[in-house]
Amino acid sequence: MVTNFFLALISAIFIGGVAGYLGSLMITKRMGLVGGPLGHLALPGVALALVYHFNVFLGALLTIVLGGILVWILEIKTKAPMEALTGLVFATGVALGFLILPFSDEHQLEEALVGDITKINFSDTILVIILCTLIFLIIKRIYPKLLLSEICEDLAKSEGIDVKKYNFIYLASIAIIVAQTVRLVGGLLPVALIVIPALTARNISRNLFQYSFGSLIFGVISAILGIFLSQITKFPAGLLIILSGFLIFLVSIILKKS
Amino acid sequence: MKMAGTILKVENLNVKLDDELIICNLSFEVKRGEVLTILGPNGAGKTVLLKTLLGIFPFEGKIEWEKGIKIGYVPQRVPFVKDFPISIEEFFKLKTKDEKEIREVLKLVGFKEGFLKKNLGELSSGQYQRILVAWALIGNPDVLLFDEPTTGIDISGEETIYQLLERLKKEKNLTIILVTHDLSVVFKFSDYVICLNKCPICQGKPKETVTPESLSKLYGQEIKFYEHYHGH
Repeated sequence: MVTNFFLALISAIFIGGVAGYLGSLMITKRMGLVGGPLGHLALPGVALALVYHFNVFLGALLTIVLGGILVWILEIKTKAPMEALTGLVFATGVALGFLILPFSDEHQLEEALVGDITKINFSDTILVIILCTLIFLIIKRIYPKLLLSEICEDLAKSEGIDVKKYNFIYLASIAIIVAQTVRLVGGLLPVALIVIPALTARNISRNLFQYSFGSLIFGVISAILGIFLSQITKFPAGLLIILSGFLIFLVSIILKKS
Repeated sequence: MKMAGTILKVENLNVKLDDELIICNLSFEVKRGEVLTILGPNGAGKTVLLKTLLGIFPFEGKIEWEKGIKIGYVPQRVPFVKDFPISIEEFFKLKTKDEKEIREVLKLVGFKEGFLKKNLGELSSGQYQRILVAWALIGNPDVLLFDEPTTGIDISGEETIYQLLERLKKEKNLTIILVTHDLSVVFKFSDYVICLNKCPICQGKPKETVTPESLSKLYGQEIKFYEHYHGH
């Protein structure tokens, strides 16, 4: 039990921290609209993985990538507004997810929807650590270019930055991290782990350093709080991580005013 | 460094965005050290022209920059910075890690070093524009492309944005291409003017080119009039 608790804690810290850090770049409406639905696309994959007994991470990654390609094709074919396509993909993803979810097995249903990090084993924890560290290092390296593309695409292009390429790297990183977060918070809520820490950091940061690393730190703190609270209350850790994040966000609003 | 010579040659430039013709049949040349202004009403394709010169939009025709030329771009506005936590220093560091150069360009546009710690959102629009100019100056460009310098707002010290550009031009031997509404800028500051309303209405030296007749063609009439005008 103690080992399980530590594996869960370590995984949660890595996933929560890197998800928060990635979220600090999701600042424009456009990026939020692309990144958000990627999160929702995880649900059908999680359901598939539970039904056919394979790794939920792989299941989520599979449907996120397929769904991402679908959104991309739809956008080219229809030239419809991103908002509309987002709604379409989100609804379809949730509908598909519920269609294949194993309703007869309550525990599996709960795991699919809100996650169960306590089931994570040693090798999965190692995988989490490696993937999260790798993505953190990649994003940290290209952070200035990504941020410039987000702040002012024209300025980035005038600097010869291949905006499409960097956006693609960013979205691919989001996809991998979202697929990781499903262990922690299930198929319905990954977006929360990406969005909440950055919103909190933004409230109390005076500069970019505080903001970007604040997002990471708040992600880590929420993860630790959630895991410990879950240990005490026996509620699912994922839900408590998100609620902890929300409480910290509320505190940040109060601090912002003063 | 070459002192004279053509730095940019544009021939029969046509730009179509989403099947709409934005710029038609534009040809001009810019020599090193010149100031070219692009004058025209809203929606005339001025900003599109700058972005096409920067290589952001696809085009038909020819755009030929001198080999190895370095271009600095000052956009009209940067939408997200106002409420985003980023210091001026960090904004510069998105482009260069060279702190000495950052201090140099900051001084060049008339700010003290302590300014670097300020948040970008705290700046007045005039200060902000200066920071964007300084940002463009990093990397020592030969050419500055400037979209709609705003006049008359915030003069920290006594220098207007045009006096600043005039000084930079002399100190750095800059070639400047700028988009403007402001007629006095065209007369006082520029060597060559293009009146643009999708198609070029007139182009040449400001005093010979910008006349009441050409202005009424540029601002006063419908596109139909131009077609008629070109027909003759």
